[in-house]
Order: sequence, then structure tokens, then C-alpha cells
Amino acid sequence: MSVAVAISQVEKRFGSLRALAGVSLQIGEGEFFGLLGPNGAGKTTLISCLAGLVRPDAGQLTVMGHDVLGDYREARRRLGVVPQELVFDPFFSVRETLRIQSGYFGIRHNDDWIDEILANLDLTAKADTNMRRLSGGMKRRVLVAQALVHKPPVIVLDEPTAGVDVELRQGLWQFIRRLNHDGHTVILTTHYLEEAEALCARIAMLKAGKVVALDTTRNLLARFSGQTLNLRLAGAVQLPPALQARATENGGIWTFHLATLDELEPLLAALRVGGCVIEDLRLTQTDLEDVFLGVMQEGRVSERTPC
Amino acid sequence: MLSGFRTLLYKELLRFWKVSFQTVGAPVLTALLYLLIFSHVLESHVQVHGVPYGAFLIPGLVIMSALQNAFANSSSSLIQSKVTGSVVFVLLPPISYVEFFLAYVVAAMLRGVMVGLGVLLVTMWFAPLTFVAPHWILLFIVLGGGIMGTLGMIAGIWADKFDQLAGFQNFLILPLTMLSGVFYSIHSLPEFWQLVSRFNPVFYMIDGFRFGFFGVSDVAPESSVAVVTATLLLVSAATLALLRSGYKLRS
Repeated sequence: MSVAVAISQVEKRFGSLRALAGVSLQIGEGEFFGLLGPNGAGKTTLISCLAGLVRPDAGQLTVMGHDVLGDYREARRRLGVVPQELVFDPFFSVRETLRIQSGYFGIRHNDDWIDEILANLDLTAKADTNMRRLSGGMKRRVLVAQALVHKPPVIVLDEPTAGVDVELRQGLWQFIRRLNHDGHTVILTTHYLEEAEALCARIAMLKAGKVVALDTTRNLLARFSGQTLNLRLAGAVQLPPALQARATENGGIWTFHLATLDELEPLLAALRVGGCVIEDLRLTQTDLEDVFLGVMQEGRVSERTPC
Repeated sequence: MLSGFRTLLYKELLRFWKVSFQTVGAPVLTALLYLLIFSHVLESHVQVHGVPYGAFLIPGLVIMSALQNAFANSSSSLIQSKVTGSVVFVLLPPISYVEFFLAYVVAAMLRGVMVGLGVLLVTMWFAPLTFVAPHWILLFIVLGGGIMGTLGMIAGIWADKFDQLAGFQNFLILPLTMLSGVFYSIHSLPEFWQLVSRFNPVFYMIDGFRFGFFGVSDVAPESSVAVVTATLLLVSAATLALLRSGYKLRS
């Protein structure tokens, strides 16, 4: 698999804030890649560096082999960015907006492709409407359309579904999935973890400007095993030392990660032997949220060499 | 290569043309009011350079309106797109900072010329005008519009809020353009203020522009064009350096 986006040792400071503290990532062509992290983790800064909106203090970024600073024309031609903020130019209609955006990329007579994007995003009826008169969801779709006018091989979506209704979200994902299926590399940042779990094949988690986890979604889920067991013990009986080593405690609730359900019975037996009485017990399938919380809270740093 | 420049220029022209009632119509009306009031009061009393006051005033009003609107065009476009965030649409594409500069300045200049032409068309009926040297007329309005469009870019890039931009406009651009010989010949001023006026580049724009109509001026037009060209080069170099550094646009 050839590399679509290479990020190496990127650092960025804003005053005393270290927004990016040496981020390295490689994203392969055709990947659906997720960038997760809490607010302020550096996701948007990283994307802004990639898009040339922010200049990194150190490090290098390339898009399809083109350096985003040294060879910015070629790099930007290959990148489509859907910004996080719902921005629009109030002077123009949807079609004017898309024609102008095409011209910026050196594409004239782009109406066939523009019509196709409009149809796919369900915007055809609004083509000649002024941007000011569109609803928030419609404006969001135009932002997606604007990022696609120059048919970029790499598409970056910065929290594209924040504040978007369910129906539009579904439609949007269907369209983005198809683009990915057609060979576009898609990079997504999102707060909706179930969305990342459903869409992204590989995920990087950022915390305080650092990559704290980088793996396939499947491996990340597997690393935190198949099941999470939470239990509360009655009385003041201590957990046997052998079990304590395997568990984490938070507010009187002990959490175990089980690779398979076969591990459950021996664990309960050990508790019985240790004289523990279970007051409350919950068993759940590990999802990306558990992984995310685990990585963020415990700082389980595990960087794998990118494939 | 030039497609970014062309499209950005087209976008900038379309932007003000869509609201031409405010961006061209309003300044033309303002200039007409100035002419009607001042020439009503002063016409029978004053002659400047042997020209009736109304006729003397018209070229001044034409280029003053052109300069102020050139400044307004680039500065308001930039601050508006910065405040709303839509500036990303011109920062994401492969447009070089030189193309970026040229598009905003040429658009500002063209709006200035358009407003100037509008002012000329509505005022020329009120006083006898001559067009002794049209090439000077054109040259000074183009260079002056370029300077003001460039200053507008600096202001638009620097300002984070509309009131900062208004400050720049009201406390710098307005005095520079009003106190530059639009309404009088600087020879009518006390010596000290004559000296001060000679440090105002707008004075040379207006003086040279007016020479194109009447063939008389406070300063030889060749000298004025030298000052104005040097000013344009200086502010352009400063603006290009700002854009190149990414100041306030690419952090």
C-alpha cells in the first residue's frame, strides 16, 4: 500500500501551549482513517498543518508525496478539507460558490462534476439559492461539496457531523463511504466514537499533542479484550492479591478486562475462595469508548510502527 | 498558474458588484452632495489656479472617492472573511501569496475606478471641465487605487475586529484623503501646513490627477508620479512580506 499522507515529527507551539509534541503518522492510500482525542488534543492543529493553514515549528508533512510547504501547489491540489466550523461566503449561491472554488484549483467548466456532487449530496434543488438562506445542515453539505470540487485523492473531514441531524449524518456517511470505496483516502476526526468504530479501519488517538495509540480499530478493540467486567464487593473484604494485579479500581468499582467469557468462571471462583461477596456486577462488550477512556485515563501508551 | 488569481479577482469583483448599491451608488451620492453644498457656498467667491471652484472640486472628489473605496474594498473583504471564517476557502487552494496580493489589489483598484467614474458622470454636468492630459488622469487613479487597495489589505490582515478596522479607516485613511488638497490648493495654506501636506502621499495623487484635467498643479506631475510610484512599491513590498510570513492568516 503506498502512502497518501506522511506526517513525521511534527511540532507546533502556540505561545506556551504545546499543541503538537512530535506527531508521526502514515496513512495509506485508500484508507479510512480516524483521528480521535479529547478537545485540545491537537486534532484540528494537525489537520491545519496538513492543509497549510498552520505552519509547523518542526517536522514534515506530505500529501501523496508532495511536501505541504515546499510543494504546496501539488499538495493542496490533492487534498480536500471539510472545515469544522460552519463557514460560508454570504455573497454567493451554492453553484457560484462551487464554481469559484473550482477556479481556485485551476478547473474551469466543472459543471458536470458539480452537478454530480450536488445530486449526491441532495443539493440539486438548492443550486441557485444564496448561501445565507440555507439551513445549517445544508450549509454543511455545501462545505463537503466545496472540498470535493477538485476531486482530491485525500479527503479530510474535521468533525463533519457535529450538530447534524441523524438523517443527514447517514446520508453523508453513505456518500463518504462510496468515495472511499472508489479509492479516495478519507481522514476523519470525530467526537462520535461509535461513528469512528463503524467507519474507520485504523485509528490514531491523540492526547496533549501526542499520538497515544495507533492501530487498526479491530486491534484496539481486541487489546482491551472482548468483555469488560465491573463489580462492587460487599463489606470490607479485600480483593485477593492475585486478582488485584489484574484489575483497576475506581470509586469502589473493580474493572477487569476479559479476553473471552471462559475467563469469567475461574475469576468468580477465585473471588469465592478469597471470601469476597459480590454486591453488584456488570458485564459489557468492550467498545471504542472503553478503549478511548482507557487510553486517555490510564495513558496506556502503545505506539506501533505504522503499517 | 494564473487561474487562482483570475478566479479570486472575479470573486472579489462579483462580491462588490452584487452589493453595488452600497459599494458604488452610495459613495457617488456622497460625492454629489459634497459638490452641491461646497460649490453652492463657494462658487461665486473662489477660484483656484484660475479655475472656478466647482470645476476645481470635481477631480478632487472623483479621486478621493476612488481612493476611499479602493481601501474599503480590500479591507472589508478581508476582515469579513476573517471574522466569518470563510477565509479558509481562499487559503486552502493552491494560490500563491503573490496571486493573492494581486487579486485583492486589482479588485480594489477597479472598484476605485468604477466609483471615480460614477462620481465624474454625475458631477461633470455642474461645472465646466476640461481633460487636458487624460493619461495623467488614468495613471494617478490607477496608482492611487493600487496604494489604497494595498493599505486596505494591510488593515484587513492586521485587524481582528471590525472596530479596529474602523479605527484605521477613520483616524488614518480619512484624514489622509481629506487633508490632501481635495477642497483647496495647498498654496492657500500657512507654510507649516504646506510642508506637512508634502509628506502626505495622497496629496501627490490628487494634485497629479487634477493636472490631467486642467494642466495646472501645485507640483509638477512628473514629480508626483515619482512619489506615488515609490509609495506603491513600498506598501506593496510591506504587504507581500506580511503575506509571505503568513501573518494572522496562516499561524
